[in-house]
Amino acid sequence: MADLVSVRLRVNGVEREGRCEPRKLLVDFLREDLGLTGTHVGCEHGICGACTILLDGQAARSCIMLAVQADGAELMTVEGLAKDGKLHPLQEAFREHHGLQCGFCTPGMLMTALDLLRTNPAPSDAEIREGISAVLCRCTGYQGILNAVRAAARAPGGDR
Amino acid sequence: MTAPSGGAGQRWIGRSVRRVEDARLLTGRGTYIDDHPPVGNLFHAAIVRSPHAHARILGYDLEAARALPGVVGVITGADVARHSKPFSVGVTAPVHYYCAATDKARFVGEPVAVVVARSRYVAEDAAELVQVRYEPLPAVVDPERALEPDAPVLHETVGTNLANNRRLVYGDPDRAFRDAEVVLKERFRFPKYGSTPIETYGVIARWDALDGVCTVWSNFMGPFIMHPLTARVLGLPENRLRFIVPPDIGGSFGIKSLIYPYIALVALASKLTGVAVKWIEDRREHLLASSTGTDRVAYRELAARKDGTVLGMRFKWLDNVGGYIRSPEPGCSFRPTGNFVGPYRFQHLEVDASTVMTNKCLTGPNRGYACGHLYFETEGMMDRLAATLGLDPVEVRRRNLIPAGAFPYRTPTGGLYDSGDYPAALDKAVQLARYDELRREQARARAAGRYFGVGVALAVDPSVSNMGYVATALDPQFRAKPEYLPKSGAVDSATVKVDPLGRVLAILATTPQGQGHQTIVAQIVADELGSVPEDVTVVDEMDTFTRVWSISSGTYSSRFGSVGTSAVALAARKLKAKLVAYAAHLMDLPPDSLEFRDGAVRPKRGKGPSYSVKDLAGRAHWNTESLPAGMEPGLQATAVFGFDVARAVDAEDRVNSSNTYGFIAEIMAVEVDPETAAIRILRYVTVHDAGTIINPMIAEGQIYGGALHGLGGALYEELQYDEDGQCLTATFMDYLVPTACEAPTIEIAHVVSPSPLTPLGSKGLGESSSMTVPAVVANAVSDALAPLGIRITELPITPSKLHAMIQKARKT
Repeated sequence: MADLVSVRLRVNGVEREGRCEPRKLLVDFLREDLGLTGTHVGCEHGICGACTILLDGQAARSCIMLAVQADGAELMTVEGLAKDGKLHPLQEAFREHHGLQCGFCTPGMLMTALDLLRTNPAPSDAEIREGISAVLCRCTGYQGILNAVRAAARAPGGDR
Repeated sequence: MTAPSGGAGQRWIGRSVRRVEDARLLTGRGTYIDDHPPVGNLFHAAIVRSPHAHARILGYDLEAARALPGVVGVITGADVARHSKPFSVGVTAPVHYYCAATDKARFVGEPVAVVVARSRYVAEDAAELVQVRYEPLPAVVDPERALEPDAPVLHETVGTNLANNRRLVYGDPDRAFRDAEVVLKERFRFPKYGSTPIETYGVIARWDALDGVCTVWSNFMGPFIMHPLTARVLGLPENRLRFIVPPDIGGSFGIKSLIYPYIALVALASKLTGVAVKWIEDRREHLLASSTGTDRVAYRELAARKDGTVLGMRFKWLDNVGGYIRSPEPGCSFRPTGNFVGPYRFQHLEVDASTVMTNKCLTGPNRGYACGHLYFETEGMMDRLAATLGLDPVEVRRRNLIPAGAFPYRTPTGGLYDSGDYPAALDKAVQLARYDELRREQARARAAGRYFGVGVALAVDPSVSNMGYVATALDPQFRAKPEYLPKSGAVDSATVKVDPLGRVLAILATTPQGQGHQTIVAQIVADELGSVPEDVTVVDEMDTFTRVWSISSGTYSSRFGSVGTSAVALAARKLKAKLVAYAAHLMDLPPDSLEFRDGAVRPKRGKGPSYSVKDLAGRAHWNTESLPAGMEPGLQATAVFGFDVARAVDAEDRVNSSNTYGFIAEIMAVEVDPETAAIRILRYVTVHDAGTIINPMIAEGQIYGGALHGLGGALYEELQYDEDGQCLTATFMDYLVPTACEAPTIEIAHVVSPSPLTPLGSKGLGESSSMTVPAVVANAVSDALAPLGIRITELPITPSKLHAMIQKARKT
């Protein structure tokens, strides 16, 4: 086993630090070392998108980067969406429009949709489909997700 | 959510109530198998897998792996052979299927050893150091090639790759074909694909040597028959093997019923290393070695009169189950026995069903278990009949539908269709699709040289399998032996408890994977007890030591909407009967003068004192002296619901293989670009009859999801292998799962024929359009390309395959 290295980052606005092997994946670091199990692992090769987080404000796959690469970065995970016990408008929209069933892809889907709405606050349906095509969902047929993201785009604060 | 305004007659059933599951799942607080260790001091497993499709195992070199710091043990196939038994299989062929390869590896990815270490990273390092010596053998992947006399044989004990064959005869098919004015024949190929849930398999096992109990946490959708099968393999009495399922499972679609060999393997690893062991499957492992539906070669024959009346059919199937036939296979052939004839009236049928073993990943239930195959073939034949007779595809179907007045309808194969109005549902689809307009548009498109097609597909949607169907695989003479024990049943249980303050807790024995059981149950209980869903707490989290369950329990075969909901309703009704009897005692009135209405026991007529649930609950818990003599203290009721129409297969191979039967009618319009072979879906209409719909939002979610699974199989998804048995699609780069860009717009409508067999009139809906979309897409594309003489007989219709067909057709 290689020597442990220290990783310091800011997650959901909180300074966090951990020690891990240099080869440790960021998603494993989040889940195992920081206890943030909301971010899920679906493929470990960067396709399914379940592990998507925001890294310095941009959507990133936490399964194909190392924890050490995120040293010093600002991260947002699904746990950071709801504030003061209130769901984020995107989360509300997913609930209202049945944008989730098993919920496994949902954290990645939410973070991807947030990234989409921040870069394109008024997307067309085609742009929503394109945007969320970065995450695979096997339950919903995407219809509920499409409806939810469309609704969130119109809701105040959907892209905050 | 629309809240009812209160008062009598308001019902929660039928409303799109928002899901109680969502709050935790949207905030990252779900509890999946990989999230929270249920026991401390966990060790981690990595599985060593065969790189060969077919190879004899000559030996293992484990020194280097064992020497790696952090490794606590390496278990090989030799240990598996010494410490466990092979799993029972559903056929009489002597197939020895262990939880890991013991003598030979028979598909790429088959487990050959397990490393247990302090962390998953170390376990994977050590797995790379495990040396397995192989003697590679020739492989075979095609089911027809596998049955040739010179094909490599996978199982020497069987002596052939044919795991099973049954010829089933219903009515007089020979006469039907003699009397026919039209006989049509066709060969079809259905692809090997699976629903690949985004959460992979996960198992945690702790074998306690002192108390002799093995506890397994896993995202299993059972327990059903796999619990006793696994107990036997591990040499444990069933009451020493505990299966626990976490609150959340990340999708399954049938695929997670096949986790049980891994449960056995990880349990064995725990037993032999003496530590608690956790294993989480990775995606490559999942695509190589979890489970898929079968690939099938089908030969179909149809006998009809010139007026379009179907007289009979012949099915000849070769279902490819991969390296071993694994229970519940050969359900791939027999799962739809009762609905082999689909929605049609014909009475004469011959089925020749062969199950073939080749060097591919094993198979099992995948959403729509065997029905996608069945209807792809049958609906393809119905279109050929229409084309041959110059009839419209809708019209030829109408002429053969079981009429609305015929229910309950006994099919020639033993199915009992409980309710339905198939012509009405088809009419609704025709109207919704504006079918006549589509045909006019097609005529205009064809005149302009464009390839525009309209497809139709119908299906009887079976839910809640009767486990008795599995015995259809066995010869009737075998089943007639005195030592043979018949099987039947479809059972689920539920408990409803009222706490001393009148709040309600419902406890289920189900293993939901996204279907929203907690929400549905809260709706049902709220209706029954006159409360609101928010006040009902629902617990699923299956635990075989604490839940009431039976051999057919589990969340598979679209069971919950039918049998699970029935158990909940009956438990609540049992509880209400007790409340009435208790209140009658307190009021000193005859029980039949009272009734439970709007959350309280009240006089049936006129005004008078009433007792609320809260009042009665407080008394029943706090003051048992107030109960009438002989009444159980407290307030709880457990109901176990089973269908009495679930009977064992009879001597003529007739079996009611499901318990409730819905209906699906679909119409799809497509346009094919002859240059790129791209298929554009222009309209897609699906009409469902699933009886009473409890939550329309959840029901439609199931239809959207099912349809996209069907579309995956029709256009994108296939586990591909080369001739040597190497899997070519072991990542999501190569195995194409549809994204949001591929999802079509779907128009959904319902027809409601309540089931007379369930207390709420509901039927299952979970598999839904997964079983019709392969057929409707194939029929629409065939219709589009009819001017070129192209008929789709193989799926998936990939652009490269279709392009080659179009090029060839244009040259000739």
